[in-house]
Amino acid sequence: MDHTLQQRIFYGALALLVLVGLGAGLAAGGGAGLAFALFAAMTIGGSLMCIWERSVVRSAFCLMATFTGVAGLFILLESDFIAMAQILIYVGGILVLILFGVMLTPPDLTERQLPRVFAGLILVGAGVAWVAVKVAATARWAVPDEMQPTAESNAREIGVGFLRADGYVVPFELAAVVLTVALVGAVYIARRKRADLEPQGGES
Amino acid sequence: MGLGAYVAVSAALFGLGIVCILVRRNVLYVLMGIEMILNAANINFVAFNRFGANELDGRMFAIFTIILAAAEAAVALAIVLNVFHLFNSVKPSEADLLRE
Repeated sequence: MDHTLQQRIFYGALALLVLVGLGAGLAAGGGAGLAFALFAAMTIGGSLMCIWERSVVRSAFCLMATFTGVAGLFILLESDFIAMAQILIYVGGILVLILFGVMLTPPDLTERQLPRVFAGLILVGAGVAWVAVKVAATARWAVPDEMQPTAESNAREIGVGFLRADGYVVPFELAAVVLTVALVGAVYIARRKRADLEPQGGES
Repeated sequence: MGLGAYVAVSAALFGLGIVCILVRRNVLYVLMGIEMILNAANINFVAFNRFGANELDGRMFAIFTIILAAAEAAVALAIVLNVFHLFNSVKPSEADLLRE
């Protein structure tokens, strides 16, 4: 089976699944259900495409759909600050870092093996489905099944939560230290050694 | 939508992240799978926070997860570049030395 045909079959099946999901969401919850189904389809479809695509660059861009869909789910959960942080940091930062990694390493279009992909999907899918069935059958959630009323301003609420005396001041500062140390360490590891920078072949 | 729908999406994203790590033979796919798993955990944190007692804890955890994911991505990219320089390959199975 040639590659074009594989792509057509995969994307056709994915589009059908997305349509079915959108319909199910519309039937289950009206407009809110449709929005939820749209973002869930972006999340899961993006990661499926990421696993499927042969080229790393296309996988990285498919991951953008996943991150944006997760941000949409955060908005549906009325956590707009986290949604904006998700878009800024994941789509704007981490994805660009991954793309840098892609551009700095050689491409290999023969690395994906379809039997491996399908075996992984089936095995892990069966495991996750088994755990999900067990959890759905036995767990009794201690939380109600509807959203709690929220305060007006999400960002202000989170800022106050960070800086309140009984809040998260110490973890906040620790996170700052961890981020600084990690970035300095990353620059130190990734820099070219002095020996690499000198001209090749000449006497040093 | 109820809590169960969000937990189901999170579980599916977690499973796909595991598949992405296991199936592809490239360090960059391992990184992408880790990001998917962290995102799945974040959905759970925020969903349980919104449906449970409306304290800020779950959202704070989500923010810290995002911060640590940024740090992790930077360090992991540096490691990937070094591994590529040393072994001339980005397959995880071929990086098997601690020294140069």
